[in-house]
Amino acid sequence: MASLAATEMVSSFNLKVFLVPFLPLIASLTTLIFGKRYFPDKPYVLPVSALLVSFLLSLSLLFEVISGKIYNFDLYSWIVAGNFKVGLGFLVDPLSIMMLCMVTSLSFLIHVYSIGYMKGDPGYYRFFSYISLFTFFMLMLVLSNNLVQLYLGWEGVGLCSYLLIGFWYEKKSASDAAKKAFIVNRVGDFGFALGIFAVFYYLGTLYYHEIFPKLPQLSQVYLSLGGYEIHVPFLIAFLLFCGAMGKSAQFPLHTWLPDAMEGPTPVSALIHAATMVTAGVFMVSRLHALFEMSDYAMAMVAFVGVFTSFMAATIAPTQFDIKRVIAYSTLSQLGYMFMACGVGAFAVGMFHLFTHAYFKALLFLGAGSVIHALHHAADPNDIRIMGGLRKYMPITFWTFLIASLSISGVPGLAGFFSKDEILAYAFFSKYPWGKFIWFMGVVIACMTAFYTFRVFFKVFFGEFRGEEALHGHHPHESPKVMTIPLIIISIGAIFSGWLGIPESLGGGAHFQRFLETVLGHPELPHVEHSTEYFLMALSVLAGLLGIFLAYLIYVKNPSLETVFSSRFRFVYNFIYRKWYFDELYHKIIVVPTLWLSRTVVNLILDTFVIDQTVNGSAKTVEATAGFFRRFHTGLINHYNWFILLGLIIYFLFMYLK
Amino acid sequence: MVPFEYYVFLSFLLFIIGLIGVLFRRNLIILLVSLEIMMNALIIFFAALSHFTHDTTGYLIVFFLIAMAAAEAGVGLSLAVLLYKKLRKVYTEEINCFRG
Repeated sequence: MASLAATEMVSSFNLKVFLVPFLPLIASLTTLIFGKRYFPDKPYVLPVSALLVSFLLSLSLLFEVISGKIYNFDLYSWIVAGNFKVGLGFLVDPLSIMMLCMVTSLSFLIHVYSIGYMKGDPGYYRFFSYISLFTFFMLMLVLSNNLVQLYLGWEGVGLCSYLLIGFWYEKKSASDAAKKAFIVNRVGDFGFALGIFAVFYYLGTLYYHEIFPKLPQLSQVYLSLGGYEIHVPFLIAFLLFCGAMGKSAQFPLHTWLPDAMEGPTPVSALIHAATMVTAGVFMVSRLHALFEMSDYAMAMVAFVGVFTSFMAATIAPTQFDIKRVIAYSTLSQLGYMFMACGVGAFAVGMFHLFTHAYFKALLFLGAGSVIHALHHAADPNDIRIMGGLRKYMPITFWTFLIASLSISGVPGLAGFFSKDEILAYAFFSKYPWGKFIWFMGVVIACMTAFYTFRVFFKVFFGEFRGEEALHGHHPHESPKVMTIPLIIISIGAIFSGWLGIPESLGGGAHFQRFLETVLGHPELPHVEHSTEYFLMALSVLAGLLGIFLAYLIYVKNPSLETVFSSRFRFVYNFIYRKWYFDELYHKIIVVPTLWLSRTVVNLILDTFVIDQTVNGSAKTVEATAGFFRRFHTGLINHYNWFILLGLIIYFLFMYLK
Repeated sequence: MVPFEYYVFLSFLLFIIGLIGVLFRRNLIILLVSLEIMMNALIIFFAALSHFTHDTTGYLIVFFLIAMAAAEAGVGLSLAVLLYKKLRKVYTEEINCFRG
């Protein structure tokens, strides 16, 4: 292990830390308020420059953190009530600085990409405002030093996700998808909020640096509920994990993410692949000490992860929408990260999060570039109208190839190192489910390579199949403002893994060592390098097998394509309909809720209780007024009499008193 | 010298005349005139009070009342004229636009 530099806590206000999230906020608000009227053609200037400055500031903070500084300060006291105290505060430690650099760098590049992608859209200024606002909330989320501010960022990114999925709100499917994302996340966030309440109830504080020393108090605390004794750390972990399942789209709350692809592609790349959906993994890692206290909690994380990962990997090869395939691949990779967390390898999970952010954003942006080229078609997302695009779009082709190789775990690229670390840590884990996780991980790695290269071959090889759909237009390479971010991110997709090359391959695993100062080092038995090489070879072979299968089916012998779907009709339908989860939720949640609201709430509550109250009050007023209106004759003489009568009564009253 | 009671009686009589006019007459102009009569009753009463108690406050109030009566007459008459121009009516039983 690398020796730790002496850490130095800084608890006074630091302008740099403050500016990192607040610059995008200022840019966002300015663009939202003045963008439409004063600079409708160049709304990107402020957000892009704000993000660039934020990124540079994060980099300079990174060097300070590496040299051993940790910032932890409150900007001001936000909520104070009795012994409950929450501040708006910042914590900059290895974990958050890593997220900080990842978020600002990708957000900056995707902002630049959007300049080209969103050009000519009537909501140009709105887009940049929302996406900057998203960056602000995401940075608040990762920088927070307490759970309530984490929750603030958590809800804020949810809001921005809603706004951006429904960005083209005239489209019914887009506004439906936005609502779906928001409502599904509500379910998870409800649990998350309860989890925060539980943390405060049992520990009396919501600050991370106060929570962790107090955690051992909970190890023997049980809560009896309906005859069962529930281990409190498990309960809290479960509730918090509900939030993570919603935000990171894990089973059973995963259904919103594929639908979220209705949003513009840069949004999918930034929010639904690289940053927001990884917030769940970040939160679990941040509170890893809590999860590690309960083996059940760890098992829950691991199995939810592995199930989601496997399920998504089966669905992905059957979908025809290029963005949906990548969305399922995101689900699968998020499941992978949770698998790593579930075997106690939090630092490795974060490492995969980091590399995944780059290659997945690259995949999405590549897909966006393809969609941009085919935007004349009725459905530019359909991979059945693509093909042979290698000739027309060389830069997109090469960057997409890099991303695909990286996600498939081909040695030397980012995905290889992080995926391999996860598998190795799973194999050698002290938890009994480690071997199972490892096995599934290898299977999923093979499937990942298969469906990624299915898309790759279908889009870039063969003959172009979209002449009809494009009405004779030819696809063309995207403008420089889009291809240059692609090239820069592809550098990340290659080299981001090199920060954490494991010792067995002659690296120092610097990334993991850096994070382990926060996340702890998982206990591993002494591992022979030869076993590690064997595991590595196995996972690489699995990836190559997937690529080979995809090559066989989609390039060499396209007639094989329909064999599976026609031979195993039932299984194929089951997978193609996404395991019928949408239908199931529709039956067991949407239909009963609608029934309940239409009959019980509408017929009984609305017509009887509310309508009668409203109408009754109106009728009472009417009857009273009907009596008094008789005095209101409109004749001055009558009013004179009333005045006289009033005076007489008044004086009588005065006299009698 | 006229005793104080006479003044009080005169003032009371005028006030009752004015009041009856306000309550029973139907012509808008007559109504205003009746109001003036009531006002005059007050003025006489205050003047008498001031004279017999050797206190000038009453006179002061009289001046204010005269000014106020003039203003009131001006406003009242102009309203009556406007009303007539608008509705061509001066009898109050015909003017009931605000009937509830």
